[in-house]
Amino acid sequence: MPELTFLDAISRGLWEEMEADPTVFLMGEDIGAYGGAFKVTKGFLEKFGPGRVIETTLSEEGFVGAAIGAAYTGLRPVVEFQFIDFIACAFDMIVNVAGTSRYRWGKGVPVTFRGPWGAGGRAGPFHSRSIEMWFAHSPGLKVVAPATPSDAKGLLKACIRDNDPCIFLEHKHLYRRIKEEVADGSPAIPLGRARVVRPGEDLTIVTYGMMLHRTMEAVAALEGRSIEVLDLRTIYPLDRAAVVESVKKTGKVMTVTEDTRTGSIAGEIAAVLCEEAFEHLDGPVVRVTSPDVPIPFAPTLEDAVLPSVKDIAGAADRLLRY
Amino acid sequence: MNGRDSSRALDLYRRMLLIRRCEEQLARGHQRGLIHGACHTYVGQEAVAAGVCAQLGAEDVVFSTHRGHGHALAKGVPPRELFAELLGRATGCSRGRGGSMHLFAPEVGLMGTSGIVGPCILQAAGAAYTFKLRADGRVAVAFFGDGAVNNGAFHEGLNMASIWKLPVVFVCENNQFATEVPFSYSAGNPDVASRGAAYGLPGVAVDGNDVLAVDVAAEEAVRRAREGGGPTLLECRTYRTRPHSEGMPDFTYRTREEVEEWKARCPLARLRVKLLEGGTPRNWRRSRRKSRGPSRTPRSSPRKVPGPTRPPRPRTSTRSRGSCPRRPSAPLARSRSCRPPSRR
Repeated sequence: MPELTFLDAISRGLWEEMEADPTVFLMGEDIGAYGGAFKVTKGFLEKFGPGRVIETTLSEEGFVGAAIGAAYTGLRPVVEFQFIDFIACAFDMIVNVAGTSRYRWGKGVPVTFRGPWGAGGRAGPFHSRSIEMWFAHSPGLKVVAPATPSDAKGLLKACIRDNDPCIFLEHKHLYRRIKEEVADGSPAIPLGRARVVRPGEDLTIVTYGMMLHRTMEAVAALEGRSIEVLDLRTIYPLDRAAVVESVKKTGKVMTVTEDTRTGSIAGEIAAVLCEEAFEHLDGPVVRVTSPDVPIPFAPTLEDAVLPSVKDIAGAADRLLRY
Repeated sequence: MNGRDSSRALDLYRRMLLIRRCEEQLARGHQRGLIHGACHTYVGQEAVAAGVCAQLGAEDVVFSTHRGHGHALAKGVPPRELFAELLGRATGCSRGRGGSMHLFAPEVGLMGTSGIVGPCILQAAGAAYTFKLRADGRVAVAFFGDGAVNNGAFHEGLNMASIWKLPVVFVCENNQFATEVPFSYSAGNPDVASRGAAYGLPGVAVDGNDVLAVDVAAEEAVRRAREGGGPTLLECRTYRTRPHSEGMPDFTYRTREEVEEWKARCPLARLRVKLLEGGTPRNWRRSRRKSRGPSRTPRSSPRKVPGPTRPPRPRTSTRSRGSCPRRPSAPLARSRSCRPPSRR
């Protein structure tokens, strides 16, 4: 079984889907001869040709609109954003046109929007954002944020095969930092299901993306404590049942998100628990998040903004002793 | 007019008359409170939809605007489905969920009207990309107004269509007002057709109130697209003679005289005069029997549109909660694609 980086796993997933389904094609800036800003599509142009690997103009609204038109007429476009922050330029097309299509017309738009996401790369305010909740709040869209190579490959396949628009977030800090054995031809992983990364009895930590890895470091530092870690994997639809079930067991819950505090999925999780597991809670629902500020450029400032291993371990320790 | 020409002209006339009659009924329905929300009628502009859609086959697709009733009817949406949609009924072409600005009937190639200006241009380019990739000879058409010409989507869409030589026709219905803002004020270059040159594609201006002229220009543009010659920008200069939307005041930004002047250039009246120049056309009755024309217009009020009168029942969830791991995944329109995932 080959050992793949996070980036390689995404690339393999795309490759296998394009081989299996001739209606799948790619659109994006620099994805052809250059292979994409992070080289996810390196070698695709040679293999699949310029008809299926389309180098687009620098016009996010334009090529996202075109992708939706192609989806209406039978294709399955996969649209790459150089940096996921630029998806804001195509907001109307995704939120108003693609997202509402099934409701308005009964016809879904099978487009996958994917791109490098998240902070930690010292890339500054316009290349580091957490954009998941812009879309999780918009009816009709699915938002997927894997944290491991095997999940990235399997969930990407599920997004491409899904008949509705999906936002697939690839944490750029993980691209070349983590490796895992992933089988060739591995199956799609169903969307909307969280994964128990580590079972435990005393505290549940719910997280996703890069923060899963920081959380695991923090848990390792809190040696001897029985902590359950849940990787959401899909932000919307939220796996409410998995969160509720875990909290019924542990009685305490903490969320860790790289996303800013106000309106992050952490608040939604807290609300779900109040509605569905209130009598099981033995302590407050604790949120560890970034503060409500843009991601700064200077490394010292960026580190100060993002939840650190120490922040996570400290908050978990306090909640365990509550 | 020879027999063949007059037969074609009669067909175009019927297409226009169908639109005019439907719009008049819908306007009445709005005045009587039977239709709520915005209702943008196409009165005065019928020649554009009729002329362009006459050149399209059922397999060709059209992307439209907020003023889309005419395009829907010209492309073949049954009037009853249009009426039912505006009345908010489950039997409407969008099951009562879209209303006037969100009509959709892929079975006849109407790939959607839009409550937001601009997307149709980009989606038509994308559909044309599908046709180019499949080399199936189909053509996509985007209808949009002069307002859209000043939108970024126009620039991005025309440029993409040009560099990829897509089989698409961009039809600008220049009715001279973006809601109430005059195009003469808002355009640095009010000659829309000339803007084609900026993207390296042909731009053609025609009298949008002369359906025969639109028909000829559309024939050329559609032929070019179908034969791999790439996109065309077709500017049809026209005028809407009713308010922007039913119930809105109309004479704060234009004069009654101007509206009357354009009413005198009514595309239906102009064609009627031409048709009757040599007396009643000989093939009038025969072509009327063959036509799917105004005889299918609902004659009664929107209140009498058949079908259930109750509004559609809400569903509990509009968002599917799981994925569809199995193929073939393309569902028929109006089916639910996803089942909720089973829980552990």
